[in-house]
Amino acid sequence: MVPTAYVLVLSAVLFTIGAVGVLVRRNALIIFMCVEMMLNAVNLSLVALSNQWGNLTGQIFVFIVMAVAAVEVAIGLAIVMAIVRHKDTTNVDEINLLKW
Amino acid sequence: MNALTTVRLLLPELILLITGFVVVGVDLLRRRNDEGRSAAFIAVVGLLLAALAALALGLSGTAEIAAFTMAVDAYALFFKAATAIGIALVVIASVGYMAGRSRYLGEYYALLVFAALAISLAVSATNLVLVYLGIEFLSITSYVLAGYLREDKRSEEAAVKYFLYGATAGAVMLYGISLLYGATGSVDLVAVDQALQASGSSWLLGIVAIILLLVGFGFKASLVPFHQWAPDTYDGAPTPITAFLSTASKAAGFAVAGRVLITALPDFIDAWTALLAVLSMLTMSVGNLIALRQTSVKRMLAYSSIAHAGYILLGLAAIGVQEPFNGVNGLLIYIFAYLFTNVGAFMVVQAIEQHSGSNDLQAFAGLIKRSPGLALMMTLFLLSLAGIPPTAGFIGKFYVFAATVQQNLLVLAAVAVINAVIAAAYYLNVVRYMFFIETEEEKPVAIKPSLNAVLLINTVMVLVIGIVAQPFIAWASESVNMVIAAGF
Repeated sequence: MVPTAYVLVLSAVLFTIGAVGVLVRRNALIIFMCVEMMLNAVNLSLVALSNQWGNLTGQIFVFIVMAVAAVEVAIGLAIVMAIVRHKDTTNVDEINLLKW
Repeated sequence: MNALTTVRLLLPELILLITGFVVVGVDLLRRRNDEGRSAAFIAVVGLLLAALAALALGLSGTAEIAAFTMAVDAYALFFKAATAIGIALVVIASVGYMAGRSRYLGEYYALLVFAALAISLAVSATNLVLVYLGIEFLSITSYVLAGYLREDKRSEEAAVKYFLYGATAGAVMLYGISLLYGATGSVDLVAVDQALQASGSSWLLGIVAIILLLVGFGFKASLVPFHQWAPDTYDGAPTPITAFLSTASKAAGFAVAGRVLITALPDFIDAWTALLAVLSMLTMSVGNLIALRQTSVKRMLAYSSIAHAGYILLGLAAIGVQEPFNGVNGLLIYIFAYLFTNVGAFMVVQAIEQHSGSNDLQAFAGLIKRSPGLALMMTLFLLSLAGIPPTAGFIGKFYVFAATVQQNLLVLAAVAVINAVIAAAYYLNVVRYMFFIETEEEKPVAIKPSLNAVLLINTVMVLVIGIVAQPFIAWASESVNMVIAAGF
């Protein structure tokens, strides 16, 4: 069996890739996909830890996180759609009516 | 615990849940267009009933765990009652504002009721899963509300900025929760504390988990450096929603942060109080300095709202067990006073905005001649925001500042006082415009009756809390005693 530590490292790497993506990418949809990647990195570590501790809390938590992520996709895409109707862009640098 | 007891303990949440669905249903069934009035009426009744239920439970001294995950104690009930009242005010104020701007009003009021439900769940949560769920539930309803004016580009921009920051902050907080679960094998706050103590908790892991959790809570409470969304979202969102985001939603962030840190991580108290002290100083300084150079009053209040998050945070940073200033009671009083003050200030901005279509300082010029009542109310709210007696804001500031002095955090107290002085400068600038700047505009500001009612309630509450402070102080102090005693 794969040791828990390996899975946790993989999860941390995935989480970091997601976080860096959020910071450097300028397309709202790609930023959002990177957030999903961060959530799924956490899911991975929750499953591994659940296995490590021998209780199901982590597994249940994963289901809840997946449900929340699905809701977030629905709301997030609706908001991005509304922006696209106005501005025809998903580039967050061009969404700049409000500043300072 | 039998079902009936659970129903009694969760009565505020059940009322809110039912109200939310009834509001949507009524909106579907109505024949003629009443501009959402019936939906708003039901929402207000439901919110006030929920606030009453929470007050009744709180006054009867209830302290139990319902459904294994929700603490029905005075601390949670205080926030439930306060935020339900605050959201009821926002609903009333929305009636005149939203009617001409959106056609989908039933859902709007239902979402506000559901936001109250989300706050109720979050402030009660004794379980990290429910903490995460409650905060995300609140965030998701707030994203929709911030972007509710689909034809308004600014509202859309507010929503997309709020959403992208919120989703990221939520994921980071979740990672912190998974670390705590990994270290302890449990998600229950008390069990986490016990497991951390038993295992001689690793210092590094605790600090990392606290920082990651604070990203999530700090985002909700708009603490610097997690505040970047706040000015734009507050500026672009519909004004009643701005009032909601800057008060009730912010209160939820502080309430959850308080409970999680005190109950699950009391071992790390030195670490997180130091961290919170730094965050608090940053938050008030950045908020106030940027607010100084704003020319839009709505945006100025947005930055001032960030600065106030810093003052509120003083309460948690200066937590202690000594009477009478244990910090956390200051936090509660501050939030309660700030709720009425800030909703009131944003409502005046809303009245001006509806009258002149602008929320610039210039739109406030000569207000004392045109609408003396409105100008005097705005002055009162601004004095309360600045913390000048005899207003509610003074009581709040006094309690958090006194706690920092009592804990001997003198640098923190000095920074806070300097900030209070800076803040007074830009609040009084608005007063200067209202009283002394001449304008050609002569028409008095027409105020919708619903908005007028909200303004009056807020004015009365700001004065009542400021003058007869004792019952409110006693209420807040009793509300925190249990949480503090359980944590230390």
